[in-house]
Amino acid sequence: MAILEISNLCIEFPTRRGVLSAVEHLSLSIEAGEILGIVGESGAGKSLTGNAIVGLLEPPGHVTGGVILLNGQDITHLSDAEMRKVRGAQIGVIFQDPLTSLDPLYTIGQQLVQTIQTHMDLSRADAKRRAIDLLVEVGIPAPERRFDAYPHEFSGGMRQRVVIALALCCDPCLIIADEPTTALDVSVQAQIIALLKRLAREKGVATMLVTHDMGVIAEAADRVAVIYSGRLAEIGEVRSVIDTPKHPYTKGLMDSIPQIGQNLELLPNIPGAMPRLDSRPDGCAFNPRCEKAKAVCREKMSGLFTAGEKKQMAACWVYAGGDEYA
Amino acid sequence: MINFISKRLIQSLIVMLVVALISFFLFNFVGDPVSNMVGQETTIKDMNALRERLGLNDPFLVQFGRFLGDALHGDFGISYRLQRPVEELIAERMPATLELVFVSAVFAVVLGISGGLFTGLKRNHWFSKFILTSSLVGVSLPTFIIGILLIYIFAVKLNWLPSFGRGDVVKLAGGWSTGLLTLSGWKAIILPAITLALYQMTLILRIIRSEMLEVMRTDFIKFARARGLKSRDINYGHALKNTLIPVITVTGLQVGSLIAFSIITETVFQWPGMGSLFIQAVQFADVPVMSAYLVLVAFFFVLINLIVDLLYFVVDPRLRAEIKG
Repeated sequence: MAILEISNLCIEFPTRRGVLSAVEHLSLSIEAGEILGIVGESGAGKSLTGNAIVGLLEPPGHVTGGVILLNGQDITHLSDAEMRKVRGAQIGVIFQDPLTSLDPLYTIGQQLVQTIQTHMDLSRADAKRRAIDLLVEVGIPAPERRFDAYPHEFSGGMRQRVVIALALCCDPCLIIADEPTTALDVSVQAQIIALLKRLAREKGVATMLVTHDMGVIAEAADRVAVIYSGRLAEIGEVRSVIDTPKHPYTKGLMDSIPQIGQNLELLPNIPGAMPRLDSRPDGCAFNPRCEKAKAVCREKMSGLFTAGEKKQMAACWVYAGGDEYA
Repeated sequence: MINFISKRLIQSLIVMLVVALISFFLFNFVGDPVSNMVGQETTIKDMNALRERLGLNDPFLVQFGRFLGDALHGDFGISYRLQRPVEELIAERMPATLELVFVSAVFAVVLGISGGLFTGLKRNHWFSKFILTSSLVGVSLPTFIIGILLIYIFAVKLNWLPSFGRGDVVKLAGGWSTGLLTLSGWKAIILPAITLALYQMTLILRIIRSEMLEVMRTDFIKFARARGLKSRDINYGHALKNTLIPVITVTGLQVGSLIAFSIITETVFQWPGMGSLFIQAVQFADVPVMSAYLVLVAFFFVLINLIVDLLYFVVDPRLRAEIKG
């Protein structure tokens, strides 16, 4: 059974000029020990999806449809109090900027112990022992000494490790990592990715890795979901999506990544920009930028069709011959 | 740390010296002290003799040095009007003012922080809107009008509280007289304390509110929520603590102004404190009292600023690190 199973998730923002639907009928699932990458441009709805899972959508945004199952339990419409017990305990969240994710006025030890004691019935001493174990696990040297250090005494990479330790406090079965490496330099990025991979392999944590960096996805993810304008464009094994992208958007995305050793005058790009939420065209949201757009693309939204091997699927009429995924 | 404190102490000393210089100049600018002291039929010769005897012909620095030395011993001269040593007058009046300031500071801080927290956390609650609207009254109405309004309602119409004075006071060891040990003393302090506190309370309330709104948007609060921490821990432990630096700054300065601006409240309520002493001194050009008051208020300001600086270190570990490094 999948750890996380999302089906038909819809997120809407009521505004003065009408309702904006930010995420539409999104379905995906993550198995234990698996890292699912979520890629998309800014504003595509990747972070919203992550926030919706843990019930932290900023009002007025709210879930208007669909089901989120965590270990088979429906967590879509839990009350705030019930959701609070899921967050931090069963789902760990990692945010983009480790420099601002930690409260500057408390030592990392205090923040770890507080989080542990919120969810687990442990004495102070036991919580401290657990906190130090966690620091060892995420690779912080001399954890006993660092326990009483304040966030400003850590480097960016070390702080992100502390953030991960905080997310791991209570052995969550799911980690939602929202751009965990974006604010870090490349060598530290590699270390953090290696850490996330190790946690998935060794502890069987299901990980949802939200990023816009294809390199990170290629390095870390097992499967990848490409989101365009709040809709799933393509999903599949990471190698097959990268090597043989099926959806025209994914193809354009891959083509626009320059290869090492390639001599280019101009970087290939996809003409146009992602439509604003209030002016999304009828049919496929990508149709104005798509070379292969047909009449049907401008009228009806495509379902998710099998395209290629290994359960690679694309929401594109080009593959309408394949099996449609409900 | 010690380095920092001594640096601040030296700065405070310089400020005090400047203030002392200004209050020393008062003697020379607000009329000739000798003609204030003698009768009309004194001869010029006698006046010169007196001037010589009082040391007014000595060089400026010598006179200033003497003024400083006396002031350090708590000697600010004799009040022209009351013919009594100024330090005695001030010692008599100071407890009344400090008690008034203390009660209104507690009032302002407690209500300001809780009101600020409430309006910051429950932005759209009807009560928040009510507090914010009515807090405009506190900011915009002058103190004396509020005082007079309160007297009209609670003393004249309802007859619940006295309209003037301190009520019964109890003498404590060391010459400190307190009104906080008697019922009538408490009754008497309520109206002036509210009057004095209202403006500071609104200010603290509005600062806490805007800081809370800011802090609640930060990543570490989002991350604290994402870790499932209890909202009590998030609101008071993480959010409130992070708003404290600006709040401490403003509150500190405001306590200073409470002392300085208790003049108006004391006048409205005929509160027998330093403020009313000062007002009377101004009316009679009683320079020794005025200059002593000036030095004293400056001293309180400097002291409070010093405490505020030290509180920063208690609250913010980043500052501690800066000083260490």
